[in-house]
Amino acid sequence: MISAEWYLALSAVLFTIGVIGVLVRKNAIVMFMCVEMMLNAVNLTLVTFSGWHNDINGLVIVFFSLCVAAAEAVIGLAIIIGIFRNNLSIDLSRINLLRW
Amino acid sequence: MLITYLFFFFATLAVATALAMVFNKHTVNSALFLVLNLLSLAGIYLLMEAQFLAVIQILVYAGAIMVLFLFVIMLLNLDSETTLFNSIAIKEILVVVLSAAILAQLMYAIYQWIGMDATTPIALGELGTVEAVGDVLYTDYLLPFQVTAILLTAAVVGALVIAQRKIQGQK
Repeated sequence: MISAEWYLALSAVLFTIGVIGVLVRKNAIVMFMCVEMMLNAVNLTLVTFSGWHNDINGLVIVFFSLCVAAAEAVIGLAIIIGIFRNNLSIDLSRINLLRW
Repeated sequence: MLITYLFFFFATLAVATALAMVFNKHTVNSALFLVLNLLSLAGIYLLMEAQFLAVIQILVYAGAIMVLFLFVIMLLNLDSETTLFNSIAIKEILVVVLSAAILAQLMYAIYQWIGMDATTPIALGELGTVEAVGDVLYTDYLLPFQVTAILLTAAVVGALVIAQRKIQGQK
């Protein structure tokens, strides 16, 4: 049987890949998908600890986290569409209105 | 023993598709790799006997959210990127250092935690069923559940307001 640390290690690796994606890529949609993947990695950690403690509250928190992720995806994609309309690009390295 | 093989299958699939998603030039391919990643995570939830979350993961993430992503990608009609990364070398070095630090820190935390009798196998059993989760969700977590409905409604209205905004000078 697989014990808890393997699940936690998998979650850590997925989270780190998500961090690399957010830092490296300049396409807004791919960065956004990497954020979704980081959320998923944290969900995996929550489910693992829920199983380890034999406590159902972790599963309920994952359910709420999924709802928040859905709302976040809707708003984020609307913002990306807005950026595309104004700049005709979603290359975030070229969008520097608020940078100094 | 079967669970061990299945875990390593799903774990390898998840990591490989995650890497493929990050290092792919086509946005549509990235989105499809993310779908595969989410499906393999649903398989891992099933191995932990969290059936409800596995089904919700497939329905909400792989079904709803990823369809939304694909719609937006096809709506924007993007070209595939010629260069994947910014060509600033110092930023690349910073990314490698930072992500290695994050991974090392997480792995160190897990390694410290292993000493605390972490070797028991993970199985949720009766707790992972729809019945058990629904029982808690509609009693102890009733108010947060209602607030979730308000959150989703606000998100839909906000998305409509943002996405329908007209550009200046264009009727």
